[in-house]
Amino acid sequence: MSEKLLEFKNISKSFYGNQVLKDVSMTVKKGEVHALIGENGAGKSTLMNILFGMSAIHETGGFEGSVMIEGKEIKIKSPHEAMDHGIGMVHQEFMLIPGFTVTENIKLNREITTDNAVSKVLGGRLKGLDYEKMNHDASKALNTLDMDIESYAQVAGLPVGHMQFIEIAREIDKDGIKILVFDEPTAVLADAEAENLLKAIRRLADKGIGIIFISHRLDEIVSVADTVTILRDGQHIATKPISETSAADIANMMIGRAVTIDREESADRQISDEVALKIENLHVNMPGERVKGVDLEVRKGEILGIGGLAGQGKLGIANGIMGIYPAKGKVTFNGKELPLNNAKQVLRNGVAFVSEDRKGIGLLLDEPIELNIAFTAMQVEDKFLKNFGIIKMQDTRAIKEHANKMIKDLDIRCTSSMQKAGSLSGGNQQKVCVARALTQEPQLLLVSEPTRGIDIGAKKLILDLLKQLNEEMGMTIVMTSSELAELRSICDRIAIVCDGTVAGILSPTDSDTKFGLMMSGVTEFEEGGNE
Amino acid sequence: MGERLGSRKALTWAGNNAVTLVFVAFTVFGFMASNLSVGWFLGELMGRLYRNAFLVISLIIPVVAGLGLNFGIVVGAMAGQIAVVAVRFLDIGGLGGLMLALLLAAPIAVLFGWLTGLLYNKTRGQEMIASLIVGFFANGIYQFLFLFVMGVIIKVPSTHPLIIPSAVGGEYGVGIRVTVDLGAADKGGLKYALDNIAKVPFLYAVIGIAALILVLQIVRFIRSKKTAGAQVNKMSTIFNMVLCLVVIAIAVYSKITRNSLSMVAKVPVVTVLLIIALCIFTEWILKTKLGQDFKAVGQSQKIAEVSGINVDKTRIIAVIISTVLAAWGQIITLQNIGTLNTYTAHSQVGMFAVASILVGGASTSKATVKQALIGTILFNAMFIMSPEIGQAVFGQALLGEYFRTFMVYGVIGFALGLYVWKANKATKLTIE
Repeated sequence: MSEKLLEFKNISKSFYGNQVLKDVSMTVKKGEVHALIGENGAGKSTLMNILFGMSAIHETGGFEGSVMIEGKEIKIKSPHEAMDHGIGMVHQEFMLIPGFTVTENIKLNREITTDNAVSKVLGGRLKGLDYEKMNHDASKALNTLDMDIESYAQVAGLPVGHMQFIEIAREIDKDGIKILVFDEPTAVLADAEAENLLKAIRRLADKGIGIIFISHRLDEIVSVADTVTILRDGQHIATKPISETSAADIANMMIGRAVTIDREESADRQISDEVALKIENLHVNMPGERVKGVDLEVRKGEILGIGGLAGQGKLGIANGIMGIYPAKGKVTFNGKELPLNNAKQVLRNGVAFVSEDRKGIGLLLDEPIELNIAFTAMQVEDKFLKNFGIIKMQDTRAIKEHANKMIKDLDIRCTSSMQKAGSLSGGNQQKVCVARALTQEPQLLLVSEPTRGIDIGAKKLILDLLKQLNEEMGMTIVMTSSELAELRSICDRIAIVCDGTVAGILSPTDSDTKFGLMMSGVTEFEEGGNE
Repeated sequence: MGERLGSRKALTWAGNNAVTLVFVAFTVFGFMASNLSVGWFLGELMGRLYRNAFLVISLIIPVVAGLGLNFGIVVGAMAGQIAVVAVRFLDIGGLGGLMLALLLAAPIAVLFGWLTGLLYNKTRGQEMIASLIVGFFANGIYQFLFLFVMGVIIKVPSTHPLIIPSAVGGEYGVGIRVTVDLGAADKGGLKYALDNIAKVPFLYAVIGIAALILVLQIVRFIRSKKTAGAQVNKMSTIFNMVLCLVVIAIAVYSKITRNSLSMVAKVPVVTVLLIIALCIFTEWILKTKLGQDFKAVGQSQKIAEVSGINVDKTRIIAVIISTVLAAWGQIITLQNIGTLNTYTAHSQVGMFAVASILVGGASTSKATVKQALIGTILFNAMFIMSPEIGQAVFGQALLGEYFRTFMVYGVIGFALGLYVWKANKATKLTIE
């Protein structure tokens, strides 16, 4: 149990001057399940990319520190080399070919071949395939996992849970597999399937394989892992045996308090008890951010935050309401039901949206700022148009006047209102998005990831702007963000989304532990004494 | 409920095979409208099948490897024509000349295939458009070679039968003639060099092949009893066996009564054997490691790459195989036709082969030998039938010609549109 299998020693890595890993060390022993946990952007993926020798690491100048396997330092330059060293990965998105059988997938590019007359002359690629032996190996690997799947079944028709096991079977079928990395393996699984998977992981560890288990679900980590390493902002926070820690403890270390939260409430804010937006049983099919039945009430005049980890569905809520992804459920706004899957009607009802996908659907990058600002209002509310009966034309002067006012009001730094939106900095682009939303004169503003990809100085400006809109104009705002700290700095209440539903609603002044646990899917917990 | 499900299933099946069904219906209609003799029709159809099957089958491997329909077989056809011209230029004829042409065509086609393969790897996702354009582009080089290089750089006397004599009466000619007579095989030419090696009467060939298939089906039937999960195949095996018996019965009956079927032209044994060999080769190569790689790359380049398969190389190999087969296919076609239209013979090869395989029910992502053969038969049936129907229904054969052109491009357009429509439907997000 104490044999050191894999060692990361003092790993540091920066991308273009932005340090994402600082002096991280970690040791995985033989037969150990080692959990690796951290918020999005904590550096887990970078660490794994280093282990697999991904080109993204080498092309950006390599890394500092060393990786050792069984006491020997190794330099891994490609995923293929990693495979040769006995390192395997079970991917979060399945690397399976749907048209192939289970066996063919397990043996993908490692097929067992038989010689024939042609292959002897023209080379190995013309060898035949020995399905009998391949089926045998595949069944053996599946049996190790205690899975009852027909090895000649086509993958396309199998349930998602089985696919995960086929991936694992492929890894353990490889010769000399020593280390297996699971990247959020239970994210797509139902509870029963997840339980099976955890059992299988335990069984593999007992066979002497070292396992790195990346997950956000704290309860899973506590139940399956031997050791846990916590990363935060690229730094190694702690490595502890699981017996000496608890879910609450881990949550606390994971969230930490990266920035001090300075909340200043102005005295004359009016939040009425009146419900402005009522969401009932909302389902949204947004790939990677699926919403599975959200109930939420937003009060008039408040700033409601929606937080949670990536992939849990927080972004799906606003996108679903706005009709960008197919949705069903009931959304009532000011007592009137909003039609779903109909962006135009929702916009007409006075709901504006600042999308998280700024460059994709937020802006017309090759068009000038002024057109960007006026665009939605022009399309939806027929503003800024001159009507000539048969045709309508843009009222260029009105657009320019309005844009210049917005540029002044929101302090958009640009050469003129004719500058292309694509050439602005991230922060100013975001301001243009907000200006476009404000031009609609909305009663409700949905803002998703308002500070994503924006430098720190500009972040504060955007947050101040939102706060100002709320305080001075009484606008109701729903803000979705991955950054807990910024939610806590301006929101009145924060809904935490986990696994497609609202796990709970917290006050911004609640403890880190509470936030950490709720984001990780632990709903029942005892309040620790660390407040 | 069950009935409704059944009818919906039938509708889906009909939708999936719409193109094939239209062609079957058209052929049947043709027989009803015109008073063609079945014997004449079959003879004509078989002749076209021997001529074109090779070219159509050459499309299969690129489809399996995810490159779509390789219109670029035009380039392969050019390689074949270059080899044929070279052989004629050296005045080597007969079977020896044909073998030399096949041998010469291979390295040229490998080179062309490699170059087009490189291009397809650069135009990932747009391979079909690239393959169309590559055909047009290569045509330019081909013309440069035959209209300029032959004569201006390589001096050829005006008296050479392949060369266009100099207009001003000079000693050397410029360019290869627009129509090159390949000459009869027994007089030192290439015409029928392959077809005439051995010939058997049509009905004997039918009986022979049907009997062979029958034996194969019986073997398969006995084997399938031993392996589990083969229940589905059982029905089709029995169906095939019955079909073989019926075919044999009809053939024997025709032989005895000497009806029009016994008048069908004789079968060129070697050509047919080559086509059968190609069918077996295609099926076989898809079962090798290389074939497995083709399939893997065809379904997901990303997953194949992650698994360590050299995706680019695999794709290039697929294109090279296709191009070489197309070159040989074009040589087989030319020896059957007997004349080479130097500057146009290749131009329609890609379109017609692609239309044929689509008629057989193939798509840009799935193609089998069976589809290639059925498609070649149905497509050529339409070709033979069109002018006859035009004559019978409208009193004008020319109308049928127009219809023919319409069908070729219509089929390609329809099949491609249908494919994209299906793909979009499959990826569209819904909420249920």
